[in-house]
Amino acid sequence: MTEEEKIKQELEQKFGFLKDTIAIKRKGRMFFDVPSEKFDEVFAYAVKQMHFDAICAITGMDIVDRYAIMYHLNRQGSIVLNLRIYTGKDNPVIKTVTLFFPGAEMYEREMMDLLGIKVEGLPEGGRYPLPDNWPKDEHPLRKDWKAGASKKENQNA
Amino acid sequence: MHDPGEVKITIGPQHPALKEPESFLLSLHGEKITASSVRLGYNHRGIEKACEDRTYVQDLYLVERVCGICSHSHSTCFVQAVEEIAGIEIPARASYLRTLISELERIHSHLLWLGVAGHEIGFDTLLMYTWRDREAVMDVLAAITGNRVNYGMNTIGGVRRDITPQHKEMVLKAIDILEERTKYYIELGLGESTLLKRLSGVGKLTNEDVVRLGAVGPTARASGWGRDVRKDDPYAAYAHLDFKVITNDQCDVYGRTLVRLGELMEAYSMVRQILQKMPDGPIAVKAPRKIPAGEAVSRYEAPRGEDFHYVRSNGTDKPDRVKVRAPTLANVQAVSKMLEGGYLADMSIVVAAIDPCFSCTDRLISVCDEDTQKKNTVSWESIRLKGIDWYKNQGIDFTYLNKKLARKF
Repeated sequence: MTEEEKIKQELEQKFGFLKDTIAIKRKGRMFFDVPSEKFDEVFAYAVKQMHFDAICAITGMDIVDRYAIMYHLNRQGSIVLNLRIYTGKDNPVIKTVTLFFPGAEMYEREMMDLLGIKVEGLPEGGRYPLPDNWPKDEHPLRKDWKAGASKKENQNA
Repeated sequence: MHDPGEVKITIGPQHPALKEPESFLLSLHGEKITASSVRLGYNHRGIEKACEDRTYVQDLYLVERVCGICSHSHSTCFVQAVEEIAGIEIPARASYLRTLISELERIHSHLLWLGVAGHEIGFDTLLMYTWRDREAVMDVLAAITGNRVNYGMNTIGGVRRDITPQHKEMVLKAIDILEERTKYYIELGLGESTLLKRLSGVGKLTNEDVVRLGAVGPTARASGWGRDVRKDDPYAAYAHLDFKVITNDQCDVYGRTLVRLGELMEAYSMVRQILQKMPDGPIAVKAPRKIPAGEAVSRYEAPRGEDFHYVRSNGTDKPDRVKVRAPTLANVQAVSKMLEGGYLADMSIVVAAIDPCFSCTDRLISVCDEDTQKKNTVSWESIRLKGIDWYKNQGIDFTYLNKKLARKF
C-alpha cells in the first residue's frame, strides 16, 4: 500500500463522509472536497494528527455559481493534500487558518482583495495586493470582472 | 501602553536602496527594531487574471515574466502543471535540458545574491568579484537560449532548443572556473572575520519560526529545515541526479550565506552529471492546443525556495484559473520576524535590499532623550529653515529661485 493510499484510508476511517471522494491523481497529489461545516475538523486533523505542517498556498476560484477555496497542504516528502471547500456567491465567508499557519495571512488577504471572500477571524490589517484606493466592490479574479471596465481604471484614463 | 521612546518609520515603497517596491513600517526604540510590518503589492500586474484571457502557449511566456531572475522557474512550474493535465510525457532529453537551465539559473541567482549581500554590508569588493564571475554563467545561458534572462526555453511538451557539443564544452569550462571561484568564496566565508562578525547573529530566525511562518528555500534551510522540492518531490531529471540538500543550523544571515555557497557547489556537480547522463533523442513532443478539463498542482525549487503553481483547465485553449505562489511571498512574514529585535542598521542585510536611510521617513514627530524622557519637538518648518541656512553657509542660495517659484504657483 502506498503512502497516498494509507492517508486516504486513514481519512476515510476517521471521517465517514469522505468515503469515495478522495482522488489520488498521481504520486503525491491528492484532491478532495470537504463540506464547509466539517472543514475545521478535517483541517485540524490533517495538520495536527497527520503532520501536514506546511501550507503551500491557498487558491480561491470563481466557478460558475459559487467560489471554491483550495488549501494545499504539504509535509516532508512529495505529498500535497488539496482540500477544497465551497462558499456561496451571495455572502462568501470562510474562516481563517492563521491559527494553524500564521504565514497564511497573505494568502487569505489576497483572496479578500481579488475574489471578495470574507475571511472570519483575520485581524484588521492593510490590503494586499491591491492599492488602498482600489474600489471596495471590485474584485478582479471574479469572472464577471473585466479588465478595462473597472471604475479605477477609467478614473486613471 | 504607549512607549514614549518609540519612533515609527516607514521605508519604501520608493527608496534609494530598494531594488523593488515594498514598504516596511518599523517601530524603533533607539536603534532597535521592536516591531515591523510589511506592505506588498506595488508590483501587482494582474498576471493570474491575464492568464485566463490568453492561450496556454501565450501564458507560458507571460508567467516567465513573473520574475526576471527566476524566469525559468515559473515557466517550468507552469508548464509541468499543464503537461500533467494534458497527460503529456516529455522526452527524457527535454527534462535534462530543463534541469540544466534550472541549475544554471540557480548559479547565476546565487552569485547575484552573494554580490548584493556583499554590497549591503559594505564589502563591495565581493560584489565586484561575484558579479564579474557571474558573467561566465550569463554568457553560457545567452549562448544556449539567446537571452540572459527570460530564456523562452520551455514549450508545452518539452523544450525549444537543444544544446550543441560546443555549448557543452562552453558550459564545462565555465563551471570549472566558477567552481574554483566559489571555493575561494567559501574559504573567504569561513575565514574572513569581517564577514563572520557582520553576518553572525544578524536576522535570527529559529527553526520553530520557520515552521510556524512557512519560510522556504535557503532561508528555511539555514535554520535547519531540510526541505527541498528537488529531493522531496523530484521533477524534471532530479530523480536521476546525485546531490545533497544543504542545511545549516546557524539560523542567521551567515548561515544563509553558507547554504547558498554550498548549493552553488552542488549545482556545479549537478550540471556535470546532467551533461554526462543526458540521453540523445527528441527534445519535444507535439502538444494539443486545447487542454482537457482538469487540475494540477506543480512545485519547483526556485533559487529562492519553493515555487508553487496551480492550474485548472476547462477543455478550451485557455486556462480557467492559474495560481502562482512565488517563494518570496512565503518568506515575507519571516523577514518581519527576523527584523524584530535587531538593529536598524542590520535591516539592509536582513532584507538584503534596504539601506537604513531616513530620506523617505514620513515625518519627524519628536526627538525624545532616552535618559531624561525630555521631548524636543522639531517641526518641518524648522528643519526646512535649518536646511536653507546650512546651504546659505555653503554658498548656495535659493532665495531668488524660491521667490520666482512662489510667484508661479
